[in-house]
Order: sequence, then structure tokens, then C-alpha cells
Amino acid sequence: MSEVAASIRKPLGSSRTLIVRRYVKPALFVLCSLPFIALVLGAFNVPHFELGTNPIEHIQDTLGQWGLRFLIITLAVTPLRDWFNAPVLIQLRRMLGLYAFFYVLMHFLTWLILDQGLYWQGVLADIAKRPFITIGFLALLLLIPLAVTSTNGMMRRLGKRWKTLHRLVYPITLLGVWHFWWQVKADIREPLIYLTLALLLLGWRVWKKIRTARD
Amino acid sequence: MLIKRPSPGDSANILPSEITTESAYLNRRQIVQGAIAAGLIGTAGGWSRAAEAQTELAALTYKRNSQYSISDEPNKYEDVTTYNNFYEFGIDKDAPFRNSRSFKPTPWTVTVDGEAEVKGKFALEDILKPHALEERIYRLRCVEAWSMVIPWVGVPLGAVLKQFKPTSKAKYVAFKTVLRPEEMPGQRYPVLEWPYVEGLRIDEAMHPLTILAVGVYGKALPNQNGAPLRLITPWKYGFKGIKSIVEIRFTEKQPPTAWNISAPQEYGFYANVNPNVDHPRWSQARERRIGGGLLASRVPTQMFNGYEKEVASLYKGMDLKKFY
Repeated sequence: MSEVAASIRKPLGSSRTLIVRRYVKPALFVLCSLPFIALVLGAFNVPHFELGTNPIEHIQDTLGQWGLRFLIITLAVTPLRDWFNAPVLIQLRRMLGLYAFFYVLMHFLTWLILDQGLYWQGVLADIAKRPFITIGFLALLLLIPLAVTSTNGMMRRLGKRWKTLHRLVYPITLLGVWHFWWQVKADIREPLIYLTLALLLLGWRVWKKIRTARD
Repeated sequence: MLIKRPSPGDSANILPSEITTESAYLNRRQIVQGAIAAGLIGTAGGWSRAAEAQTELAALTYKRNSQYSISDEPNKYEDVTTYNNFYEFGIDKDAPFRNSRSFKPTPWTVTVDGEAEVKGKFALEDILKPHALEERIYRLRCVEAWSMVIPWVGVPLGAVLKQFKPTSKAKYVAFKTVLRPEEMPGQRYPVLEWPYVEGLRIDEAMHPLTILAVGVYGKALPNQNGAPLRLITPWKYGFKGIKSIVEIRFTEKQPPTAWNISAPQEYGFYANVNPNVDHPRWSQARERRIGGGLLASRVPTQMFNGYEKEVASLYKGMDLKKFY
């Protein structure tokens, strides 16, 4: 609650906030876009960025992986703030969350346009029939209201309900991990890492809630 | 020699003088690899060194078998040799290319066992000696819904198997990949049950389309493609094409197969390419042809990967949804 209020009423005078807004945020914006820019360079065959033998698969997998990574990074912001007592981190959370949405959306569009070639018959059948695609698509749909309500105006308008709504990011992340897990053929090491991190972050949140409720 | 020469006419009409014997090419390969090991060839680092080593693979002498070749343009050599599923060297597609340099495909022996009159341990060159090498340009369809066109060089499996005089009890043929975790880093992790095993019904094994490949693009097989000996059944999903074979066993009962052990509800014994029977998690109706670039769309998958005319009779009366 306090973090929402803090980000709405930005104390303009705080020099720390100013530094974050002027330097940290733009730098983070560029940093987060690098995986995407690398793919764009690859699409134009820039040396060292080549997309390999199956470029569509590479783009799709890379975007999906980064979508999941950004979801987990976003989930880690609040615990990190608490552990390191760095309230300034909260100001970066929205951008990280929006990048998660961006990468997941691009992952979906790559599948839709480049992989399936807008072959609607196949696309609709896959979403309906293939559980791993169904849950991936569901995760994308659930991300949309979060992205739409990420503005200051929406935060203000939704008040307390904003936080409840944005708790959706936990089930979304788990759906994303499940989506990844389900499509690997045999080697589950990478999805297992994401699952562990997501459960740790969720567990921490639950533990904190129980503790505050008890106090 | 324990191996009986097959009757003339079994192998194509090629003059013996035109054929590079297997031992000759394997020797050449050994010299080249020795030179690489001694640091005489390929002193540049990493990737380029590997690329250089690849080009040193022995050239083979062979005749194109046009009866069993398709006319599609083959994929680039780079596609065929850097985009591989060979989990013994790692799970990423480029892992086999990156991690297979220290693998030693020479000398190589194959153990033949089971329901056959001629059994034992044979040097690879002795097994291959009676046969002329043929080039077959085949489609390869991976169960992951991508495909390539590959000019293999090899010999019909049936002709090789006949040398061992399988008995009437030989209903199946089982194959086993070499187990060398010290040279195959992927085998250090239990991603699949090692060693990899595969099998065919005897009539599938004897089918003229089924070959044992020893080369690709006119040269000896690179390690990442299953050197020195691998199976090719072009109407089946790629995982049936077991690589680096060290054992051939004739059996009466259907032998276990690696992917079926790992996920029986997803990978069957037959694994025939079939656009109408989907993988439980994805559609098999269409496939991505590797090499098409960013804007090429998927193409429809053909029944038995386009080899329906040749192989459909093998499965007459079988419910292919059940025997996937």
C-alpha cells in the first residue's frame, strides 16, 4: 500500500528520485531492450548476432525466455527492496513489468506471424487443443489488464484494488513456467530454475503475509 | 573373413575399381584426425578451428541412387552439421557441433548378436567392405516439426544385415549407440537413459529405403551427425535414426527404444511421420523447412514423409493412431 502511495506522490524535491528518473531509468530502459535489439540485429545478419539455422525458433525461444526472466525479475523487486532496504527499487518495478509484457507479447506475435504465418486454422486449433499453448495464451491475456492499469492514473483510480489485481502476476508467472516446462522434450533444467525462483518469491510473499497477520 | 559377400546385383552396378574401400577412407580420416590432434591442422581457436576440422573429413566415392533420391534442393552443409539433435553431446541444437570434437570414431567395431547365424565383433570396414556406397537424397522430418533435405552416403541396411544370416526368429533388429561419457558430455546427465537404443521391425530394416549412413555431402560423417555409422529411415521421425552404432542385435520380441522409454505416451516404437496423428503437445500437420529464412511459412507434412508409395504396405491394416 505504502509503495503504491509513494510512487503516486513523487516528491519532486528528493534528489535521489531525480537521479533515478534522469539516469537510472533511462539506463535500465536501454539495458532491458538489449535482448530485443540483439534479435533485430540478427534479423539483418549483423555479424556476431546471427540467428542460426532455425532463426524463427531462435527468436521465439529467446523472446519467451526473456518474458519469463522479466516476470521473475519484476517479482523480485519487492523482496530485494526489503532485504536491502532500498525503497528506490520500487520506482523501477513498472518498467520491468512492462518489459515482461513486451517480451511475452513479442513472443506470441513471433509465433503467430513468423512461425504460423497467420494460418488461423492452425493457430486457433493449437490454442484450443494444445494445453501448453493454451496456458501460455492465458498468461498473455492475463498480462494485458496489468499492462493497461500500469499508469499512475489507473493506480489512483483503482486504489486498493490495484494491488489485488496486480497479484495476478504470481499465477501468470507460474503459468509461464508451466508453459515452458511443458514444451521442452526432456531437459527440464532451465524451467526448473525458473520454477524454483518463482516459488521462492511467492513463498517469501506468503511468509511475510502470515507474519504480519500474526503481529 | 567371417562375412559372406552378398550376391552380385545386391548392390548397385558400380565397378569395384570406382569404390573407395571403407578402410581406405577410415585410414585417411585417422591420419587427418591425428594431424589435428598433433596440432598440425587447425591452430585457430574455437569455432573456426572446428569448422576447419570439419572440412578435413575424408571424401567418399559413391554413386547417386536416383531411384531413391528426391529432387528437392538439399540443405546447406552448415545446416546439416550445426543443427542437430544428438543429446549425447548436449541438448542444444549446436551442442553436438560444439562438443563432439574429442569424439573418436576410429577405430570402430560393431557387435552383432541375437537371432543370427553369424555373430561376433566386427571392424566397421569389414562390415562395409562388400558394399558399394550410394548417395541418397532424403527428406528428414524431426518429431519437433522441422525438416531438412540431406544427401546421405551409405549402404542399404538390408544388404548388411543379410551378411549375418538372421534366423527365422529374427522378427526385429535392435541398435545401440556407443556409451562414452568421457567423450560424450551429454551422457553425463540422465536426460535420457544411456546408451541410446532403437529398433526396427525386420521388414522395416530390410526395406530398400533404410540405409546405414557413413557419410553426408560426399564426405565421411562428422561426429555431430553420428559418426561413423548411423541409421536412416526417411519415413520415420528423425529420432529413429540412431547414431554412432556399436551393436546390432536380432531379436524375437520388440526391442525397447530410447524415447519410448523416456515418454511412452509421446513417442511410440513405430514413429512413422504422420500428419494426422499429432504429438500430444503439438501438431504434426505442418513442418518448418530449415533454411527458408524468417519469412518462409510452414509446409504441409506428407504421409510417411512423402514415402507413402514405398512404405504404406508395411503397415496395412494397422491402426496408426494406436501404433504411433
